[in-house]
Amino acid sequence: MKSLRNYLDKIKPQFQKGGKYEKLHSTFDAFETFLFVPPHTTHVGSHIRDAIDMKRTMSIVVIALIPALLFGIWNVGHQHFLSHAMDVGFWDKVGFGALKVLPIVVVSYVVGLSIEFAFAQYRGHEVNEGFLVSGMLIPLVLPPDIPLWMVAVATAFAVIIGKEVFGGTGMNILNPALTARAFLFFAYPAFMSGDKVWIAEKADTFSGATPLADAAIATGGSVEFSHSLSDMFWGFIPGSIGETSVVAILIGAVILLVTGVGSWRIMLSVILGTTVAGLLVNLVGSNAYTNVPFYYHFLMGGFAFGTVFMATDPVTAAQTNRGKWWFGFFIGVLVVIVRIFNPAYPEGVMLAILLMNVFAPLIDHYVVESNIKRRLKRAKANTKLQTKVGAV
Amino acid sequence: MPKTIKLKKGLNINLIGEAEKKLAEIQPQSFAIKPTDFIGTFPRLQVKEGDNVEAGTPLFIDKYREEIVFTSPHSGKVLEIKRGDKRALLEIRLETDSINKQIDFEPANPYSLSREQVTEKLLKSGLWTLIRQRPYNIIAKPNTSPKAIFVSAFDSAPLAPDYDFIVSGKGKDFQTGLDVLKRLTDGKVHLNVSSETKAVEFLQAKNVEINTFSGIHPVGNVGVQIHHIDGINKGEVVWVVKMQDVLTLGYLFNNGVINPEIIVALTGSEVLKTGYIKTIRGGCIKKMVEFNTSNKDLRYISGNVLSGSNIRPDNYIHYYDNQITVIPEGKYSEFLGWALPGFGKFSTSRTFPSFLFPKKKYVLDTNLHGAERAYVMTGKFEEVLPMDILPLQLIKSIIYEDIDLMENLGIYEIEPEDFALLEFVDTSKTNIQSLVRHGLEIMRKEMN
Repeated sequence: MKSLRNYLDKIKPQFQKGGKYEKLHSTFDAFETFLFVPPHTTHVGSHIRDAIDMKRTMSIVVIALIPALLFGIWNVGHQHFLSHAMDVGFWDKVGFGALKVLPIVVVSYVVGLSIEFAFAQYRGHEVNEGFLVSGMLIPLVLPPDIPLWMVAVATAFAVIIGKEVFGGTGMNILNPALTARAFLFFAYPAFMSGDKVWIAEKADTFSGATPLADAAIATGGSVEFSHSLSDMFWGFIPGSIGETSVVAILIGAVILLVTGVGSWRIMLSVILGTTVAGLLVNLVGSNAYTNVPFYYHFLMGGFAFGTVFMATDPVTAAQTNRGKWWFGFFIGVLVVIVRIFNPAYPEGVMLAILLMNVFAPLIDHYVVESNIKRRLKRAKANTKLQTKVGAV
Repeated sequence: MPKTIKLKKGLNINLIGEAEKKLAEIQPQSFAIKPTDFIGTFPRLQVKEGDNVEAGTPLFIDKYREEIVFTSPHSGKVLEIKRGDKRALLEIRLETDSINKQIDFEPANPYSLSREQVTEKLLKSGLWTLIRQRPYNIIAKPNTSPKAIFVSAFDSAPLAPDYDFIVSGKGKDFQTGLDVLKRLTDGKVHLNVSSETKAVEFLQAKNVEINTFSGIHPVGNVGVQIHHIDGINKGEVVWVVKMQDVLTLGYLFNNGVINPEIIVALTGSEVLKTGYIKTIRGGCIKKMVEFNTSNKDLRYISGNVLSGSNIRPDNYIHYYDNQITVIPEGKYSEFLGWALPGFGKFSTSRTFPSFLFPKKKYVLDTNLHGAERAYVMTGKFEEVLPMDILPLQLIKSIIYEDIDLMENLGIYEIEPEDFALLEFVDTSKTNIQSLVRHGLEIMRKEMN
């Protein structure tokens, strides 16, 4: 590694101020710090620092996403051959899936990172690591048949309008990956909803309905799901690339929770919210959808993926610990409301999280206000006490 | 006895290099008083190079509060007056006399004097400077009565000196010191002891309110203790005195002279022979560390690793400090360091294996382990701050200098040292302690 280090040290001056490639400073810096943790030492304040940094934090999330990605690759192939009633081997499915999924991943990263680098350069900042995660999240929430140019447009939209206009990583209001998805959902609905898109190159004769679609179109007393509960749990169902397997997502959730990177408060409170809302509609139970047992909501659509990877985005979630409980709880409630009472949008998770992203600062505001009130109350109690003492 | 206040949040960082409980005496060749140790003080010199001073001779006074006098703790000769940018006064260096000539301030029982007389004696001897006020951590304003006075009888910082060991056998001075403080306030004098202390000097102290604390660092920080006993509201002032400084106050009233001595814990993984050293306040550390450290590139810290300040190996311990820490510098770049498993590294995040070995002791260096970023992670700060304060929101209010919000979110209650652990755990590698000081300075200027 010495030679690599020496080479970097040799070319470094060219990227610094006055050098030939001064304009590519941020780019060089990003690659250099990627290869070598910089030799920065503490100057002021605490002399020792925790070994954690943003790169490691973000790579933990990427690692947590890998089970969902791998399962997604296999399942894209599996669903495709299933729709054609073809019985093929494991590697054929993986091969087909990889050909579908990996280009989406590549496009998402290339487009997103290029924009990030350009903005960092323009602002004279270092490149933030946030997009390492967003770049993986975007492909996983898209249907497998999405045209690549749409991935590019959506990613660009998400990074520029969703993030950079607010000041970049750490400043954005909406989750960038969900912004990308919402953009496509409203701009190109034909590619983002209906029965056709959830299976790559689906055979026309095959139904391909997702559990959410089953539930949305149900009439009469109960929903007839075309998939068993265990299929939904394991993920042998059509859907967005990374959202189908609850098991794969749970592995990711365990990684996030053990490392402490993901907020357990948010994950738990989303589940609580959905449970409460789900039980309430079960209780009222006026049509087929309201009669679906509440725990189906955990297994259908993007619930698990959204709860574990989207709602927990620390930048766009509530930032206070108490705020996180409310933030998650309302997401859980909204998921049920949008799914059941809004026929236009069979999937409620994306909209619930985006809506609560917008409200997160408001929730935090009330938490902050209550903290301030507590402090003022203490001050008041104190003055009272003093006047009393003074009177005596 | 009142109940124990238990604090769960915080963090103990287990480092190698705890001070061995052995006391040695090192008389430094020189010592220095650094005006920069006194926040908000504008020094006006009273001596020039070559002057001979006694213990108790004024070295400088505060230009805007002339009654506050800074005296020499030991007799000696002024070697050098060191100035920095714009001629700012940095250090007054003195050569130590072999025999200490002391000005006699006359012994007295604090209870036989009026408050004014006690104050007068402290001001004249220069020991008033040992009493500081919160908020802002500036030297207390004479002839005012604070809401209360707080003394923390333990230090919970990494490798911190054991106060039980230091106070042992000095019960008389300690009690007199507390009595002096008692004379200065209409409110209470709080002595905050650790639940683990066995020192009778602390447990049998009289005329004070004894509060027992248990928990992990920063439980020993007086700021944290004040928050849980009688938090500082807007407009309120409390005073704080460090434990060893109480001894110095007591010594003055018992013996009539300034005790130049402080006991310093020499700690850190790179010190060959750790221990407790009896030296002079502001003493040069050269004799302590010379030939007593490893041969690496080292950082010498006056204070602890979290909130101490960087000094050179031939420089002087800061006025209020009673610890020296020596750790390795961390100027290396590590190939794919963020991706390696990282055995031997310490992290609170459980993304490193260190969480599997909670008892392991570490050698930590000064590497930043990353570079500065925007705030992304949330909830980490709350885990190490045992106060009812919203840390991220307060930090952000300081960044955009919103005075009302800073005040509402409790800036009066904190000092940089209380936020030192936040800085330690910060994934975004920002300098939170400087920021807190900046915020407090804004408030101080705004309020005056």
